[in-house]
Amino acid sequence: MLAKRIIPCLDVRDGMTVKGINFVDIKEVGDPVELGSKYARDGADELVYLDITASHEKRKLFSDLVRRIAAHLNIPFSVGGGINELKDADVLLSAGADKVSVNSAAIRNPLLVDQIAEGFGSQFVIVAIDAKLENGRWGVYINGGRIPVEKELFSWAKEVESRGAGEILFTSMNHDGTKNGFACDALRALSESLSIPVIASGGAGSEEHFAEVFTRGKADAALAASIFHYNEIPVPQLKQYLREKQINVR
Amino acid sequence: MNIVIIKYNAGNIRSVDFALRRMGVEAEITDDQQKIRSADKVIFPGVGAAANTMDYLATRGLDQLIRSLQQPVLGICLGQQLMCDRSEEGDTQCIGVFDQPVLKFPPHDKVPHMGWNQLLEPAGALFRGVEEGAYVYFVHSYYVPRCDDTAAGCRYICDFSAAMQKDNFYATQFHPEKSGPTGQKILENFIAL
Repeated sequence: MLAKRIIPCLDVRDGMTVKGINFVDIKEVGDPVELGSKYARDGADELVYLDITASHEKRKLFSDLVRRIAAHLNIPFSVGGGINELKDADVLLSAGADKVSVNSAAIRNPLLVDQIAEGFGSQFVIVAIDAKLENGRWGVYINGGRIPVEKELFSWAKEVESRGAGEILFTSMNHDGTKNGFACDALRALSESLSIPVIASGGAGSEEHFAEVFTRGKADAALAASIFHYNEIPVPQLKQYLREKQINVR
Repeated sequence: MNIVIIKYNAGNIRSVDFALRRMGVEAEITDDQQKIRSADKVIFPGVGAAANTMDYLATRGLDQLIRSLQQPVLGICLGQQLMCDRSEEGDTQCIGVFDQPVLKFPPHDKVPHMGWNQLLEPAGALFRGVEEGAYVYFVHSYYVPRCDDTAAGCRYICDFSAAMQKDNFYATQFHPEKSGPTGQKILENFIAL
């Protein structure tokens, strides 16, 4: 049976792994390659690296890092952050990334999704969506959750699916950093409305939250950062828990 | 040992090279016919679209070359599909090592089939030391049905060939280079043939 995926997310700034809490107040947690390799050994199914480097000059450091990650990891990984045009995706593919994720750039230029999918295949493009529930509507935000845009979560996800996105990575800004559980109702509705996999993000705080997001939330994969970085829930322990709950994991 | 990875216009070819290096094996990435013909082992990796890739291979005569190889050949992902007879993806005539069609998954579940799934009845040299039910990493929207050449099965929407073998030709629908220790074992088995 196809396994539910556990995906640690590593935010990278200037070559170091960091974790922001509610998108601000950043702490460093370690070397991205070392940490990624440890997760792979522990049984993580996939990794997400997000480049949150602010300056343009330092972006090149990231593609060098991607090359090192690709050389060391024996599981798939995606990279995101700073992908604004087809050429940026091409550089990361050549560096050895298995997938790229686009977020704000896709809002600014939706054709980018079509171009990456046509150029490198749907499996290579994840569209990441940050959204916040306000007055009963899931409004989409860009620039790391700082700027609201006109789009709404469900219609935007449908649109990028038809443009060729291979997966949706949905982060609930209401849940992110709270450790109170994932946005299971929205995730379930999203997963049922799409024919591509959905990665759940934002709110992981306990093993029960993961079981819930795979059953009630119908997510195909679940992503988390701090609970893994600070070893609050080691990946092997989480997998064991999910297995006991009859959830199919590797 | 002289190992060649066939170079072509699409896909993450480097990841196979990286996986071999992690095992201490050096490979050359090339589309040079002479080098491919004289290699001890040939790996034909792939991510991309069937029609484009077949066009690229045909204009360089690589389709005929692959079919004529006598040494062990390992096709990966699109590589497995292109070693079949014909693909529904763009209605593409393929290399024809395996006398099988490549079909599109019916939309009864999410497509692409993406993630870790289990090998059913893995058999033959490629799977020495690999257990029934071991997980490997898949990303694909087209599949080869189970057939006489199936070396391992998998189940998603339907039963399909996770791996195939015929004479000196080996192929996997999954990505051994991304499949953790199980994948490494399979690559080691291929290198040891």
